[in-house]
Amino acid sequence: MKNLGLRIRFEKRDPLHPLVRMLIPIASILIALLACGLMMHFLGYNATGAYRKLFQGSFGTFKNLSESTLQAIPLMLCSLGVAITFKMSLNNIGAEGQYMIGAFAATGVALYCPWIPVPLVLPAAIVAGFLAGGLWAALAVAPKALWGVNETIITLMFNYIALLFVDFWLYGSWRNTAGTNLPYSNPLPSYALLKTLGHTRITSAIFIALVAAVLIYVFFKMTSRGYQARVIGASSQAARYAGMDIAKNIFLMMICSGGLAGLAGATQVTGPIGMLQTNMAHGTGYSAIIIAYICKFNPFVILVASLLFGGLIQGGYGMQLVNVPEQIVTIIQGMILFFVLAGEIFSRNRLVLYRRARDDAEHFPAESEVAES
Amino acid sequence: MNFIASVLASSISVAAPLMYASVGEIISERSGVSNLGLEGIMLVGAVTGYLSALHSGSLLAGVLGAMLAGAVIGLFYALMTVTLQANQIVCGLALVTVGTGISGFLGKAAFGKIISHSFNRIAIPGLSQIPFLGPVLFEQNLLVYALYFVVPLAWFYLFKTRPGLKLRALGENPAALDAAGVSVYLLRYLYVTVGCAIVAVGGAYITLAYTPAWIEGITAGRGWIAAALVIFAVWNPLFAAAGAILFGSVEVLGLRLQVIGITIPSYFVRMLPYICTVVVLIFSTGSFKKRKASSMPASLGKHYDREER
Repeated sequence: MKNLGLRIRFEKRDPLHPLVRMLIPIASILIALLACGLMMHFLGYNATGAYRKLFQGSFGTFKNLSESTLQAIPLMLCSLGVAITFKMSLNNIGAEGQYMIGAFAATGVALYCPWIPVPLVLPAAIVAGFLAGGLWAALAVAPKALWGVNETIITLMFNYIALLFVDFWLYGSWRNTAGTNLPYSNPLPSYALLKTLGHTRITSAIFIALVAAVLIYVFFKMTSRGYQARVIGASSQAARYAGMDIAKNIFLMMICSGGLAGLAGATQVTGPIGMLQTNMAHGTGYSAIIIAYICKFNPFVILVASLLFGGLIQGGYGMQLVNVPEQIVTIIQGMILFFVLAGEIFSRNRLVLYRRARDDAEHFPAESEVAES
Repeated sequence: MNFIASVLASSISVAAPLMYASVGEIISERSGVSNLGLEGIMLVGAVTGYLSALHSGSLLAGVLGAMLAGAVIGLFYALMTVTLQANQIVCGLALVTVGTGISGFLGKAAFGKIISHSFNRIAIPGLSQIPFLGPVLFEQNLLVYALYFVVPLAWFYLFKTRPGLKLRALGENPAALDAAGVSVYLLRYLYVTVGCAIVAVGGAYITLAYTPAWIEGITAGRGWIAAALVIFAVWNPLFAAAGAILFGSVEVLGLRLQVIGITIPSYFVRMLPYICTVVVLIFSTGSFKKRKASSMPASLGKHYDREER
């Protein structure tokens, strides 16, 4: 009550122009890069050198640009998958495990199903990846759909189970016969590999991602089931009142979501990696959550952001050349999300500085208004 | 009898990091702020604790270093969720990502280096002679003994003191507290910070007592298990401790069965804590139960905005 100091306060504002609102995530990304640069600087690393390597390594040359695009494909697929569940307020953080199960199924089809005719092996492997990822996701969300159990932690637990399940095979009967000691499967035969574009290593899986983005856009904008998913996301009570079958919608969306993550795994196995490896998702499923969220679940923005994050991963290898640990990439990703989250309040509010008068309960926003955006 | 005692003793030692993490989270969630970033905080606690102990040569400095790091994260998290009103679930996920990255980043300096001493088991003279209970409870390390005070104290504070009553009200009806002249924001900052500091000790326990070494991702999902444990324990520190021991014994029994010669592939044994978490969550919150869990703080995860009162 007796406080005379200067205080800050948030005040509601009119909605911002969409273009101005788009600037907030972009500004957040820049601030995150700046903050991480400062952190590297104060920990004694060469921050400017690291960022130069980052940009050279990601988009500096045509080859690096194509490699970044290659890195972006699994990110696109996983982020699109995460986005469709988050859009209906379903916190699916299990993309990492769904990716692994998809990769596992594709490998199984390509290596251990000799009865499939050769030309059909690749399509069968891709479809198996989608189905396996989708079913794994459906299994994880069943407690939510049937009994209303919180899905966040369960989908996460399924990641650890999936990793151990794949390890069981990789350290056991699926271990490569070439005699190397690494927990890798045998390499896939060439007829089970995806075509690459021109002289790059970019696989044709990028078209799957593009088609998926268009389908998702159409689904949410133009179909009644997409409308139902949006209503459930906004208010499950309203959806129930309107007679929508919530459990059915949850299962459907989750199968598609896990299926997309499974596709990411399958197209990596039949693509640049060419085999099943332990922990091959390597955080893709977690980066996907960040991408989906900062893009506000818009499928086309997700494609662009995935490209940026792919560049971040690809350029991150370059940063190690100036002795910056690779984990900086993870930190930058997380910081971007933090700053986007922090920036959101400025799209709804404005910051007001005011002086609190003695014994006065009423606030006087008399002082200058700071931070318009 | 001897077998049961040794399983229980190991279970407590396995459960200790879960107890620290879940007690810290209960304090935070009782104040109305949910924090799913436990895994990230534990990882940072594990690495800062290890580095502090490595450089100072003192285990106490290790624990204090972890608590300080946890408190800094807590302040930051409170800034994000209380002042800036960011979505708490997504914010928790961001914290896991940043915590994983920072721990790996800082951990480069600790990789392959061994601390000179770690928290060893100390048998308490007299008490450890009690049949059965002695070897189970009183042949543990100091961080476990600290829990014998932390857990009951947290329970006593929450349910038997006036500030504890305010803490619970904070999570149930912050507007009422505000009307009574209590600063909701200040108290939430306080409890989120204290909670995170305690969670970080859970991480430091792993690197200073359980497996005295630093490996990337050493917490292996324990932060997430602790988050589930909080729900299972209906936001009560005593139940959380019991639940943690239950989880610990599942893990220990799985390993012991292999030693006896009952062969389950080790990958499936290592799955047990995660499967157990899923099963426990289903049975403790599933709507097929007659009595629904109603002890969840009513304002958990909701922003408090004075203008929207």
